[in-house]
Amino acid sequence: MYWEPDRECMDREELEQLQFERLQSTLNRIYSHVPFYRKRFDSLGGLPEDIASLADFSRLPFTAKEDLRESYPYGLFAVPLREVVRIHASSGTTGASTVVGYTRNDIRIWSNLTARVLTMGGVTKDDVVQIAFGYGLFTGGFGLHYGAERIGASVIPASSGHTLRQIKIMMDFKTTALVSTPSYAMLVAETIREQGIPLAALSLKYGLFGAEPWSERMRQEIQEKLGIVATDNYGLSEIIGPGVSGECREQNGLHINEDHFLVEVVDPETRRPMPDGETGELVITSLTKEAFPMIRYRTRDLTSILPGHCPCGRTLRRMARVKGRTDDMLIIKGVNVFPSQIESVLFEIEGTEPHYQIVIDRKGGLDEVTVHVEVGETIFFDQMRRQRDMMELIRKRLAQELGISVEVKLVEKKTLARSEGKSQRVVDHRKL
Amino acid sequence: MLRIKNLEAGYGPLKVLRKVSLHIGPGEIVTVIGANGAGKTTLLKTVSGLLAPRGGEILFEKKTIRKVPAERIVSLGCSLVPEGRQLFAPMTVRENLILGACVQYRRRKHEEVTEDMERVFGLFPRLKEREAQLAGTLSGGEQQMLAIGRALLSRPRMLLLDEPSMGLAPRMVREIFTHIVHLRKEFGLTILLVEQNARGALRVADRGYVLETGRIILQGPSEELLSNQDVQRAYLGRSPEGEA
Repeated sequence: MYWEPDRECMDREELEQLQFERLQSTLNRIYSHVPFYRKRFDSLGGLPEDIASLADFSRLPFTAKEDLRESYPYGLFAVPLREVVRIHASSGTTGASTVVGYTRNDIRIWSNLTARVLTMGGVTKDDVVQIAFGYGLFTGGFGLHYGAERIGASVIPASSGHTLRQIKIMMDFKTTALVSTPSYAMLVAETIREQGIPLAALSLKYGLFGAEPWSERMRQEIQEKLGIVATDNYGLSEIIGPGVSGECREQNGLHINEDHFLVEVVDPETRRPMPDGETGELVITSLTKEAFPMIRYRTRDLTSILPGHCPCGRTLRRMARVKGRTDDMLIIKGVNVFPSQIESVLFEIEGTEPHYQIVIDRKGGLDEVTVHVEVGETIFFDQMRRQRDMMELIRKRLAQELGISVEVKLVEKKTLARSEGKSQRVVDHRKL
Repeated sequence: MLRIKNLEAGYGPLKVLRKVSLHIGPGEIVTVIGANGAGKTTLLKTVSGLLAPRGGEILFEKKTIRKVPAERIVSLGCSLVPEGRQLFAPMTVRENLILGACVQYRRRKHEEVTEDMERVFGLFPRLKEREAQLAGTLSGGEQQMLAIGRALLSRPRMLLLDEPSMGLAPRMVREIFTHIVHLRKEFGLTILLVEQNARGALRVADRGYVLETGRIILQGPSEELLSNQDVQRAYLGRSPEGEA
């Protein structure tokens, strides 16, 4: 199932022509409308028309989160405010928020793109879609809401939180598709189990999860516990919100909506382009945005472009699931550690719960990492020896995976803070 | 069908087109809108081989036509309906039409040309009525029909239309735009339409490009351009709030 087959399955050569045309008109517009970008061109002694190829384009400077903050709130808008029909702000997982705007056309395009992503994940007009993302400044709720409506699905704007009520709605309204963060889906799954609700009481078929990194193991677990097909989708408010890319039912990477976004993967240190298949920082340029165009935005998300074709027939290239963020990337004892690595280790160990927290301290100039892991009651109330064995096992596996030794602490089930949005996986006490 | 990348053109020291890129798929109606002097006519002249480009590529059905002479481009299947019609005023309607077939006349049987002419008369019955009349005595709308008809006689697959609505009465403007849609339907033509009448052009086109001082500043489906506020202000001549 495709939402826009003529675009999603476009001939690559035609797609590249379209991308280039859209890039040129975007550059021409930002040069005349956004002083920030005009200054950049001027300081390079160039004009938009000097960009005659993608190679030329890669000489333009990157735009960073800091540039957005310095332009707070409206400095990077390319249209006057009266043409803006919607304003969102970044969810501010890290640091101060940034403000983005949409014209009527931007909203139309955005709805279309999230409709594509929802269709990729299985949603049709016959589905009942429960959106358990926050509605508000965060782009997640509204972005997917409009896409689901565009498809013609029945949309329940449940918003986030109130898990018991969410589950009641899910049962009573016969929700067939859940849209949320993966960690919230886990919480829902657990709560359903605790409440003793049989899977048969649910009508769920699909789950579309995004807004935070997750692992393949977590997908398997969610699929099993909720009896659904779970797909990943990706986006960020600075670019548009959800709708940048999404997984199809092949579950083998996220198709990037390349007719609207030009993506590059660069080495976060040297900023050189990474070859396909190798992990680096994702850099995105918007090709059709009117109100808030973005040129070479450093997302701080780590991923890679997957080589090869997808059996689904889409020609849009795929990116790997986000492996972490350059700024979430923990440098512990000089080693790069991603929370998702720890997560995947924990999933492989019998008896652990899918909740963990990484606490980092620095004592006497040395980093100390403690991974707090929730374990099931059977283990917790069992003999000390079994607990010790378990800790030892986790420690060993983590050391193998990460290349550094970490402390492991087992905690009782439900003692770590539960997420109703994005979970806080990392507590860093170091003053760096 | 047609693919243009980084096209540059001008006259003497004057740069008119500054790296223009655009494409038209088979069967599409695409419009390029823009004000006077934006480079619209220069674009069509360059594509049809009347003006040599200074840079960039022009591919017609995947083959470069950058250095192909104008008459060759016509026989490849791409015909221009020039701005201001450029008819031969002292010749009859019929004679003007026959001139359109001259590129291939030698290769084609006389009957075929007559047959093509009948199809043109089918599309524009008014030309049939005035078959023996001198072109210079036709009304503006009829002259435009004749100019289009003449281009059709070269059996094009793609038509380049330069300001077909220019200087016509409002009712005739609507009629010409309706004919453009018919051209695609009846003749299976791909059409590149250059217009100052942005509203009329965007209503019949699938997609559009906005050309401003030799640069494409916007492109997209017609409905998006119609609701773009820059386009509304600059080319549709109204404030965004006014007129539904």
